[in-house]
Amino acid sequence: MSTAEVLVSFLQVALLLGIAPLVVGLMRRVRARLEGRAGPRISQPWRDLLKLLSKERIQPEHTSWVFVLAPRVLLASGLLVAGLVPFINTIGVFRDSGDLFAVVYLLLLGTVFLALAGLDPGTAFGGMGSSREITVAALAEPAALLGIFALSVRAGTSSLSGIVDATLADPRGLASPSTLLALAAIAVVMLAETGRLPIDNPSTHLELTMIHEAMVLEYAGPDLAIAELASHLRLVIFLGLVVTLFVPWGIGTSIDPLSVGIGVVAFVAKIAALAVVVVLFELGIAKMRLFRVPELLTGAFILGFLAVTVSFFLA
Amino acid sequence: MTFGEIAVAVMAFAALAGLVGGLVAPAAARRWIVGGFTALSSAAAGAAAVWVLLGNGPIIFGAPNILPLAGVAFDLDGLGSIFVLVTAIVGVPAAVYGIGYSVHGLERRSIQMTFPLFVVSLLLVPMASTVSTLLVLWEAMALTSLVLVGAEHEHRSEVRDAAWWYGTMSHLSMVAVLLGLVVFAGHAGGESFAALRDAAAGMPEPVRAGIFAAAVVGFGAKAGIVPLHVWLPRAHPEAPSHISALMSGAMVKLGVYGIVRVVWDLLGGGPVWWGTVVLGIGAVSALFGILHALVAGDLKRLLAYSTSENVGLILVGVGAAGMYAASGNPVLAGLAMTAALFHVINHAAFKGLLFLGAGGVLTATGTRDLDEMGGLLRRMPVTGAAFAVGSLAIAALPPFNGFVSEWLLLKSLVQGLSGSNVAIAITMPLAVGAVALTGGLAAATFVKAFGTGFLAQPRTAHAAGAVEVRRTMRGGMLALVAVCVALGLAPALVVRTLTRSLGALGGLSAESAVVSSGSVLRAAGLPGSLSPLILGVSLILLVLLIPAVLRLVGVRSERRVAENWGCGRAVQTPRMEYTATSFAQPLQRVFDDIYQPESDLSMSHATESHYFVEAVQYRLGTVDAFERHIYQPMIRWARRWGEVARWVQAGSIHQYLLYSFVTLIIVLVISQ
Repeated sequence: MSTAEVLVSFLQVALLLGIAPLVVGLMRRVRARLEGRAGPRISQPWRDLLKLLSKERIQPEHTSWVFVLAPRVLLASGLLVAGLVPFINTIGVFRDSGDLFAVVYLLLLGTVFLALAGLDPGTAFGGMGSSREITVAALAEPAALLGIFALSVRAGTSSLSGIVDATLADPRGLASPSTLLALAAIAVVMLAETGRLPIDNPSTHLELTMIHEAMVLEYAGPDLAIAELASHLRLVIFLGLVVTLFVPWGIGTSIDPLSVGIGVVAFVAKIAALAVVVVLFELGIAKMRLFRVPELLTGAFILGFLAVTVSFFLA
Repeated sequence: MTFGEIAVAVMAFAALAGLVGGLVAPAAARRWIVGGFTALSSAAAGAAAVWVLLGNGPIIFGAPNILPLAGVAFDLDGLGSIFVLVTAIVGVPAAVYGIGYSVHGLERRSIQMTFPLFVVSLLLVPMASTVSTLLVLWEAMALTSLVLVGAEHEHRSEVRDAAWWYGTMSHLSMVAVLLGLVVFAGHAGGESFAALRDAAAGMPEPVRAGIFAAAVVGFGAKAGIVPLHVWLPRAHPEAPSHISALMSGAMVKLGVYGIVRVVWDLLGGGPVWWGTVVLGIGAVSALFGILHALVAGDLKRLLAYSTSENVGLILVGVGAAGMYAASGNPVLAGLAMTAALFHVINHAAFKGLLFLGAGGVLTATGTRDLDEMGGLLRRMPVTGAAFAVGSLAIAALPPFNGFVSEWLLLKSLVQGLSGSNVAIAITMPLAVGAVALTGGLAAATFVKAFGTGFLAQPRTAHAAGAVEVRRTMRGGMLALVAVCVALGLAPALVVRTLTRSLGALGGLSAESAVVSSGSVLRAAGLPGSLSPLILGVSLILLVLLIPAVLRLVGVRSERRVAENWGCGRAVQTPRMEYTATSFAQPLQRVFDDIYQPESDLSMSHATESHYFVEAVQYRLGTVDAFERHIYQPMIRWARRWGEVARWVQAGSIHQYLLYSFVTLIIVLVISQ
């Protein structure tokens, strides 16, 4: 563990945290433009967060320490994953501390805390949000793990830097049916876990259709800022996971400044491109009924299963 | 005398002292004496197990003349030590907890003196080294636990019902175990484990398969595998909570011990399909268990079903180990078995903790129904926090222990695909899917249990009036919290000793399977590692750091408590809260085909007009599908034949004399 490795890891965490609200701003802006509206500036989410931070802390009555702790756990788990996954560089101080499975469980930890926080104030909407969120999370879990399984079969490891190294060494592996099926499964999981269409509508304010928004309804001021920042960070993490696992080119493989610099630029560019793709996809579809979502996630599970078995039979 | 022998002697004498104390001590001191000596007994056995696990060799002792013909013989080896340790981990806190819990109507002599007997039989079962010793102790364990399950039978009729189910199932289990082991011993020509081990390889294949089947059914019934799990959701809720903790944390694991001991130690492993069968049973139990835990409204019933789920996960690991061992991959087999046995230890810690927590809630509120709780975290801060830790641990979330064993298990399943046969290539992805879905549903289940039980506002008056439990009960829970955290942050220590003690099992090479350097766990020869310590500590530091950073940038830290917003609703009452039933409703609807719920809607209308509804009554219940389709028809059948048999058993002495006479004549005729 050298100082440079530590610096690269911290740079990566800071970068993700810094661009997370901007990515959300970009997605809103692109969407607005495509719908014929002007839309807020890209930096608007950051302004909102700063405004929220300057406000008074208000805690709903009857809540416990869980309500206070939840946004912090959500953000902390996001930050830890941001340090764990090789987004800009395959060298990092945490590279041996956890693999893709650890990433999945760390993200689930955040989901669980947020769901508990939704129940804590005892309002009907909060409970509804948690119940739905946890339903989606529980059903997305098998698809996510099977997608990871398929990727790790190709690379011979579930270590993230190992998978990236394997892809860089043999780019043809990406075009294999197994990887494409895994991509489809993980993409569905990404949409489900980050609360995008067609599973959840991030811009909805109609109570009965909300999932994520319903859980954070009772938050205000700095606590809301943390919860929002954390969910922006989770969005970037999921987008980043998809680009890192499936389009790793440009990622730094050593810790000289040039390689790190290229890694940063390439990562930002890829994230922005994928964010636009997600917006384009969202524009074309409507939100699904809640009870259609399990069918979609079951589909993703089957794709994941096929990805694994195909990787065995074609290997 | 070595340290190990001294520790075993202390265990035996402390248990005896507890038994005598329970019998003769005055009522006021009884629970203290019994609890204290039982805790001492468990602790001594735990020390002996650790001593063996650290590589000090087996502890062999016995009493050759105690039983006719055979005597009793014990040999505490590596595999046995793991399970003794499991009992000790739950036994000490449960005994201490029992001191406080027994105040609520469990101070009777019969209950108090049975408790140390039950614990010591749990401790002795994994030490037995002959078939007869094992069987006697197995029966002792079943009988003492039956007495304890029925402890509160005077207060509730459900307890009697549960005791009947439990007694019946554990005796059916006994029959299967007895058959299997007696056939085994008969073919081996000796009943010591050493003789069985020597003879196993030379036995004909059908006999081996028969012993395998008997072991899986007999020990599996004790372990709570589907479809033999029916006693679990009855007996666990009705038993006193520290007994439930011991039954679920330790006794059920002895079923796993039996399977591993007989199939992979004494028989030395078998063909691939043995592993596939165990893995399949495990996967089905895991999914079925967690699906029923998800919709259970009774907190202890939920925990009981979740025990079935966790035993399922353990058996997935055991089965995968068997498959790998049979297809010539000893290292992966060792990894899978390590994962399974580490989960045995972890589950003992968090499930013990959760049952003790549920017992605390039961004493404070008088109910086990989640829908009648709510708001308990603010009223019972210690119990609530302990239950929260248990919930996170059982949902396999970092930084707690459940996460580490689940990671090891997934790792062992995922790595098996490269260079293996088709059976494994089909089984493992399905197993990963089952484990993953189980994991997701477990998270949902425990968000429900903790979220609707402990958060928000109390839904009933007895939840509103709850107060924190006694000091001994809190002590028992906090000890298990410490175990969950310690095993979650520093699993490497335990995993290393675990792998070393698995050396004797057939076809496994555990020693090299998991390499742990410092805090990092790594499967041998496979890239990809995990450092629970670094992850856990970073996570905790980050959580603490966030408010500190906010304060640095000038964010105000004082809080104002205000009324809920709730999208602008006018009043807020606990009736608006999501209940446990409503929380699980979406998932229940998704898995409708498995639950086949019975719902019943009845409306009464106003007399003036049909269009005005006066009252609506909605009832929703789920019946265990196996109970409905297997057990209920079986019970009906048995009852019908019982009716027929009653005609024979008229109770008239003349009739019975006639039977004897006729029998005598028949015997005479036949023997001619």
